[in-house]
Amino acid sequence: MSDSFKLPNIDYAALAPMLILFGVACLGVLVEAAFRRFSRARIQLPLALLGAVAALIVVIATADKRTVTAGGAIAVDGPSLFLQGSILVLGIVALLLIGERTLERGGSFVAQAAVTANTEADRAQAATAEGASEVYPLTMFALGGMMLFSSANDLLTMFVALEVFSLPLYLLCALARRRRLLSQEAAMKYFLLGSFASAFFLFGVAMIYGFAGRVDFRGIDEAIVGSPASPVLLYVGLSMLAIGLLFKAAAVPFHVWTPDVYQGAPTPITALMAACTKVAAFGGLLRVLYVAFGRSQWDFQPVIGTIAVLTMLVGAVLAVTQTDIKRLLAYSSIANAGYLLIGVVALNKDGLSSSLFYLVAYGFTVLAAFGVVTLVRDADGEATHLSRWAGLGRRSPLFAAVFTFILLAFAGIPLTSGFTAKFGVFAAGVESGQTWLVIAGVLSSAILAFPYLRVVVLMWLSEPAESTPSVSIPGALTSAALMIGTLATLALGVAPTLLLPITTKAAEFIR
Amino acid sequence: MSFPYLSVLTVAPAVGGVVVALLPKDKPELAKRVALAWSVAVLGFAVAMWIGFQANGPRLQFRESYPWIPAWGVRFTFAADGIALVMLALIALLVPLVILASWHDAENSRRSVPMYFALMLFLESSMIGVFAAADVFLFYVFFEVMLVPMYFLIGSYGGQRRQYAAVKFFLYSLAGGLLMLAAVVGLWVLGGHTFDWETLLKADFSTGAERWLFLGFFLAFAIKAPFFPFHTWLPDAGGAAPAGAAALLVGVMDKVGTFGILRYCLPLFPDASKYFAPLGMALALVGVVYAALLAIGQNDLKRLVSYTSIAHFGFIGIGIFAFTTQAASGAVLYMFNHGLATGLLFLVVGMLVARRGSALIGDFGGAGKYLPVLAGVFFFAGMASLALPGTSPFISEFLVLVGVFTVNKTVAVIATFGIILAAGYVLWMIQRTIQGAPNPAIEQVEGMKRPMSLREAVVVTPLIALILLLGFYPKPVLDVVNPAVKATLSDVGASDPAPTAGKLTVTKEAGR
Repeated sequence: MSDSFKLPNIDYAALAPMLILFGVACLGVLVEAAFRRFSRARIQLPLALLGAVAALIVVIATADKRTVTAGGAIAVDGPSLFLQGSILVLGIVALLLIGERTLERGGSFVAQAAVTANTEADRAQAATAEGASEVYPLTMFALGGMMLFSSANDLLTMFVALEVFSLPLYLLCALARRRRLLSQEAAMKYFLLGSFASAFFLFGVAMIYGFAGRVDFRGIDEAIVGSPASPVLLYVGLSMLAIGLLFKAAAVPFHVWTPDVYQGAPTPITALMAACTKVAAFGGLLRVLYVAFGRSQWDFQPVIGTIAVLTMLVGAVLAVTQTDIKRLLAYSSIANAGYLLIGVVALNKDGLSSSLFYLVAYGFTVLAAFGVVTLVRDADGEATHLSRWAGLGRRSPLFAAVFTFILLAFAGIPLTSGFTAKFGVFAAGVESGQTWLVIAGVLSSAILAFPYLRVVVLMWLSEPAESTPSVSIPGALTSAALMIGTLATLALGVAPTLLLPITTKAAEFIR
Repeated sequence: MSFPYLSVLTVAPAVGGVVVALLPKDKPELAKRVALAWSVAVLGFAVAMWIGFQANGPRLQFRESYPWIPAWGVRFTFAADGIALVMLALIALLVPLVILASWHDAENSRRSVPMYFALMLFLESSMIGVFAAADVFLFYVFFEVMLVPMYFLIGSYGGQRRQYAAVKFFLYSLAGGLLMLAAVVGLWVLGGHTFDWETLLKADFSTGAERWLFLGFFLAFAIKAPFFPFHTWLPDAGGAAPAGAAALLVGVMDKVGTFGILRYCLPLFPDASKYFAPLGMALALVGVVYAALLAIGQNDLKRLVSYTSIAHFGFIGIGIFAFTTQAASGAVLYMFNHGLATGLLFLVVGMLVARRGSALIGDFGGAGKYLPVLAGVFFFAGMASLALPGTSPFISEFLVLVGVFTVNKTVAVIATFGIILAAGYVLWMIQRTIQGAPNPAIEQVEGMKRPMSLREAVVVTPLIALILLLGFYPKPVLDVVNPAVKATLSDVGASDPAPTAGKLTVTKEAGR
């Protein structure tokens, strides 16, 4: 073996989807520089959609590829391709919501985030100015980072990917057109806490390197049985890695940012985070736990199991007390992270495939949910306080019906994807002997049904108040996003066979 | 393959529901007629199916099976035994009558009238599905979906406190259903990754696992039925629901609980059933006495009838957990007869409440003077409800008590007090509403002078006729029920105790 530095082999075909996304994102930055503000948004959205669709086509075309490339930094296998595809599909739907400009003049993003909030200039730009079109390249960078995150095969690549998708999200959170202070606060909070989480992650990487002498997953896997180093390094390192990952997954006790950020961020970005970030975070978590640390599962299974129970129960109980629909959905998203953790902790093939199924099913439903939230507005923008939703069923039965269906899906009523997804992870949990998690899962589902039901009651059974906001007629983009989200929720509930064989086939990591 | 009765019976009302829901809101009459015609057609199907059922044929008949989710081994499997057939017939019979009885109910609520009848049809479809399913997953799906139309029927079209009642109903049922989901998942994993009921019948579980699975299912069914102490949602739901929906809620939907115990708990977990039988018996027995006492104290007609139902479900419960053929047959017959009698009682109460504009007993008093015919029907329904000999509930109550007496005299004796209490709450209710000196306030209410209409007569006549017919001649129903009950009890491994008073039993057997 020579000491000379050799270029790693790079399988460009396997990396093509990510390369396309990053390429399109860079192109988007150039568009920002080259075109006038007015025409940018008209170019950026089609460009972003085109890029995402092209990447999706490549993912589908290379669906059978199984390889580790780029010097062992990136694994292209069943789960990573599936997760990349899911991130792209959900990302496309989120892009539709981001691109909606008929609900509010100039779209849901602020023109210039640097203008001080609540000044004359800010009010002026909120009223008329065209929204920032930088959101599209930012979104594309975030999506590309998420795809890399769920395919990374060593901890350093994973850290880079974590930052690549986190930084654009921090920015995007600050760009709400209305309620600027809330939005800025959310971004600040997300950034600070996210930085802490990243620091934990990086510290964990260092510990693991100290234990294993390597950072690639295969090396860690081998070191767990063979390393002479103290296992304390392994445990401390793994817990710090887990903190970083569970932060992004919004698991209790690393969840405190979620409600504030979900509430403050522009709703399309909230949708993007709830759907795509969740996929990426759990994709990364699954790969780390299954591939790198699978052999020490007896050590971490009880810990992650406890976190799962906490996540489900805390998410469900706190959801009961919420009075803002976006915060309610945020706590519901926390509880759903708990259900997903059941699939993660199962640590078997069923656990993996059911988690993949859950991620997609939940992503579609939550996109549709936030899609409806963008529609309920009054003069000050979105009316998110629950009391404002009273009697919505009378004013606009169609959207109230759609939202009711989505809430029933969240509650796990059969014939919706919420039920089939839950069934999958519960079955995997029982299969791997984690029955206590499943019991906690059904109990927390029962609690969680109450806040959902409260919204249904408000919409249908309460009398409309004087101040009930109107439901705006959605533009084509939001309509399409809503339609896709709702139909997918229905289709995956009635005929989960559409997706189950794909997740089953994809559920095999390579090292 | 023979005609796919069960899938057609399940799907047809849902299709009708979609049709009715799509009718324009300003044509309520059309919606009512379509809904009625549709439900009558469904009844026709059910009658044809009953005729096609061979009482002494295989246990599960009309079996159909289509693939659904191969990865989990889930199939659309429909099949009916005698118990399910009886319940299907009850649904098919009650729904058209309820639709006819609720003709004007939705108009008072400012809500869409077609939607009310569409929800009724959706409810019928999901209830038929629950009884027709022979795949545990499919059963669970219908068990949960059933809640949605009932939730909206109570919440949108109900009376006072309807929101509270609807949410309470939904949450109680959902909590039970979710516990059952955990048990369903466990059953699937331990039973060899299948949901097919007939395959699971042969599965063996460890003692501990079987008991946990039993408890998961039993709790869901005990909440559904409801048994003491899970009953508190029913008076609220029954009191707030529109009378027609309440008749379906108590008359049919709650039977899913007792049906589920007979179809799932006993055959699938026989050892655990025997282990927990004293518990089931105790809960049921407490229900018989406790609910009857509470019924006596009610001052709202609909809540009163709801409490009487809890007491009746107690009788059904002790019949099931006695594990004798007579008691179990009696329990199944009770499920059917209770649907007729309480259905009738709820519908008549609905007619009275619609006239008086109040369900409070204190607002009535001497109503018989103004409404002699309706009062007569009310009296008859009350008598059927307290199981007067000559009405069909008497046969079932008697069978239950006789069957229980052979194995547990104490329970039978205590339960007999339930009959006396039943006489108490029914007679006192009748005395306070239709007899005695006329309440002067009634004089002012125009509605109370409206005699029974032809529509209402058409609603009550078939129920009265059936209660009387089956009161004297229960054989048609018993013939269908008995083989299924015997099969269920042989799954549990229970055998009837040797007769101690030989002579009496022999003559009884000969008399059959």
